[in-house]
Amino acid sequence: MSKYHTDYLDQLESESIHIFREVAGQFEHPALLFSGGKDSITLVHLALKAFRPGKFPFPLVHIDTGHNFPEALSFRDELAASIGEKLVVRKVEDTIRKRHLTEPTGKFASRNALQTFTLLDTIEEFGFDACIGGARRDEEKARAKERIFSVRDEFGGWDPKRQRPELWNTYNGRIRKGENVRVFPISNWTELDIWNYIRREQIALPSIYFAHDREVIDYQGQLVAVSPFIRLDPADEVLSRRVRYRTVGDMTCTAAVESSASGIDDIIREITATRTSERGETRIDDKVSEAAMEDRKKNGYF
Amino acid sequence: MDLLRFITAGSVDDGKSTLIGRLLYDSKSILTDQLEALERQSRNKEDGEIDLALLTDGLRAEREQGITIDVAYKYFSTPKRKFIIADAPGHIQYTRNMVTGASNANLIIILVDARNGVVEQTRRHSIIAGLLNIPHVVVAINKMDLVDYSQDTYNNIAIDYAEIARTLNLKDVTYLPISALKGDNIVERSANLPWYEGDTLLELLERTEVEKDVNLSYGRLPVQYVIRPQTDELHDYRGYAGKIISGIYKKGDAVTILPAGLRSRIKAIERGGEQVEEAFAPQSVVLHLEDDLDISRGDLIAKDDHLPRVEQEMEVLLCWMDSKPLVGGNRYLLQLGSRTVRSVVKEIEYRLDVNSLEKDYSTQQAGLNDIVKARIRTATPLPYDSYAELQVNGGAILIDETSHVTVGACMIQ
Repeated sequence: MSKYHTDYLDQLESESIHIFREVAGQFEHPALLFSGGKDSITLVHLALKAFRPGKFPFPLVHIDTGHNFPEALSFRDELAASIGEKLVVRKVEDTIRKRHLTEPTGKFASRNALQTFTLLDTIEEFGFDACIGGARRDEEKARAKERIFSVRDEFGGWDPKRQRPELWNTYNGRIRKGENVRVFPISNWTELDIWNYIRREQIALPSIYFAHDREVIDYQGQLVAVSPFIRLDPADEVLSRRVRYRTVGDMTCTAAVESSASGIDDIIREITATRTSERGETRIDDKVSEAAMEDRKKNGYF
Repeated sequence: MDLLRFITAGSVDDGKSTLIGRLLYDSKSILTDQLEALERQSRNKEDGEIDLALLTDGLRAEREQGITIDVAYKYFSTPKRKFIIADAPGHIQYTRNMVTGASNANLIIILVDARNGVVEQTRRHSIIAGLLNIPHVVVAINKMDLVDYSQDTYNNIAIDYAEIARTLNLKDVTYLPISALKGDNIVERSANLPWYEGDTLLELLERTEVEKDVNLSYGRLPVQYVIRPQTDELHDYRGYAGKIISGIYKKGDAVTILPAGLRSRIKAIERGGEQVEEAFAPQSVVLHLEDDLDISRGDLIAKDDHLPRVEQEMEVLLCWMDSKPLVGGNRYLLQLGSRTVRSVVKEIEYRLDVNSLEKDYSTQQAGLNDIVKARIRTATPLPYDSYAELQVNGGAILIDETSHVTVGACMIQ
C-alpha cells in the first residue's frame, strides 16, 4: 500500500465536502436541515471541514414537530452556539394553527407528515434554493434512487421519472424560480460508515444514543418511550428498560432498542451483529406500506 | 479498507437483479426485516420461492410494471472493502442510465447468458464500458446450471468475447462462470465447476487493484469556492477550496491558474482545518498561493510540470440524454468540474451504432440515447484533458439553458 492510499472513510469524507462546496458555489440561499440526529450532526462536522475558518454559507434550519426528544433539542442549541452558526427553528405547531391543519389522532399520533407543510413554508419564507439533508441511500428503497442533487418542484415534490442524469462528480444545480434542490452529501454512506466516522472523528452525540434507563411500552415488539405525545391504553404495561436509540426522530414514531452499549465501540459492535435494518428496527412510520417513503417524497418530504 | 464502485450491466433476463440479490444475500448484507418484506412480496407471485431480484427493484411504479426505470445504488462491505453498486437497467432505451451509472465505476460486471452467448446487448454494454473508460471488466457467464456446467460452452463464449475486448481495446478483462440463481461462484466456490480454478466473483471484487486507477501525476484542482473570513484576526486569509481530482500538491510547487494563465507557488495546504505538507487525489483541501491573484470558482489550479490543454474548440463523443433532439448549431451550457461556460455544438460528424460500432455519417441530429461524435465551441477557453488520458478532467455535461436539464454527457477527445 503506497503512502498515497486513501481510506474509504477519507474518500467518503472528501466526496461529501466536495458536495457541500458545490452547494456554496452554485446557490444563493442554501440551508442545512438539522434535526439533532447523528446524520445531521455528521453533516455539521463535514461542513466545518468544508468551510472553516470561514463561516457556513447557510444557516442550520430545524423543523420542530414539537414531539422531539428534549435531549436532542438541547444538544441542537448547544451545538449551534458552540460553533457560532445561525440556527433557524420553525415549529409545526405554528403551521397547524396558521394553516388550520388537522392534528393526526391515534395511539402514536405522528406529525411526521405535517412537517412537510412547515418545511415548504420555511423554504418560501427565506427563499431557500437548496436544502441540504442527511438522507442516506442505504436507508430505504426510494432513497436508493434519488440523486445527490435532487430537483423538487414548487410543492417540494420528487418525480423519480424526471430525474436528471448525474455523471462523474458533476452536479447540475440549475433551477427555475420556485423550484428548489434537495442535496444529500452523505448519500453514499451507510449506517456503519457513519458510526465508524463518528468514532474516528470523536464527534459528540446526544445522550439518547447511548444506553440509559427509560420508561417504555412494548408495542408489537417495538419499545416506545412513554411521553405526553403517545396515548397510553389500559392494556399498556409501562416497563423500565435499559435502551438506546439507533435513530432519533419524533417520540411518536421512533422506537428504542434494548441495549447496554454505553460507548461508541459497544454500539458499533451491536450494529455489526444486528440482523435488523436501522429503519426497520426503529421507525414506526415506515411500516404503513411498502412504498411509504416513495409517497412522502413525492409529496415534498425530505 | 478501501472503496470499489462497480456497475452491473445486463437485463432482467440475464439474471442481473438475481446476481446483485445473491451478492447481498450471500455476503449477509440483507437484514431480517428486509428479508421479511421480500418474502411478503414474493408470496404475491405465483411460485413460492424468495425472489432475490425483488431486492433491487426500488419503486412501486417499477414493481408494478416489473421494470427498472433508473439507476439505484446498493451498498455492502466485507472486512476488506466497501462496495457501491450502481444498478442500471440494460434495455436499449436506457443507454443514458447505463452511461450515468458507469461514469464513476472502477469496474463493470458484464453478464452473459450461457445459453445465448455473446449477443447484441453484450456488445452494446461493452462498447459503453469502453467509451467511458471503465478500468476493469468482469465477464460473468451466468446460468451455467442451465448448460450442465459445460466447460466447452464457457470457453467458446470467452473466445467470442475476447474478440470484442480486442476491438474495443478493453484493458483488464477477467472471465468467470457463475450461476447467480444457484449461488455458484458468487461468494461460495462451486462444486459444480471443478474445472474452474480462478476467483469467485466476491474474491475478484475484493482483489481488483483500484489504487492505480487514480492519476497521481497531473496536478489538477478545480476551485469550487473561495474562503475569505474577513475577520480581524484572519483579515488576509484567502483560501481556494476544492477537491484534488488528480496529482499530488506540495508546498512550494509551481502552479498555473487556468484559463487565465497566471502563475504562482503553493504557500500552504490545509486539509480538514489542519496544515499539511502535501495532499493528493482525491482529497478535498484548501490551497493558499504566494501571490495575491484574482481567482474564483471555475478556475483550475494546475501544476506546472504537466498542464492541460486550454482551448475553445474540442471534439467530443457525446451521449444524448434528452427527448428533444440535438441539432447542429444548438447552444448549451457546458459544465466541466466547477466551470460552466456557454457553448455551441457546431456540427455532428457521425452517429455511432452502439451495437456494431459502425459510423453513420449521414446523421444531422442526435436523439435520446444516441452516441455521436461532435465538435463543440465554447465562449471562453476551457482547460481540459482528453477523457481517455485523464477521465476526471475530460468528462463534461451539457445543460439546456431553458429547461436547466442535463441533456448530454461529453467525453472530450
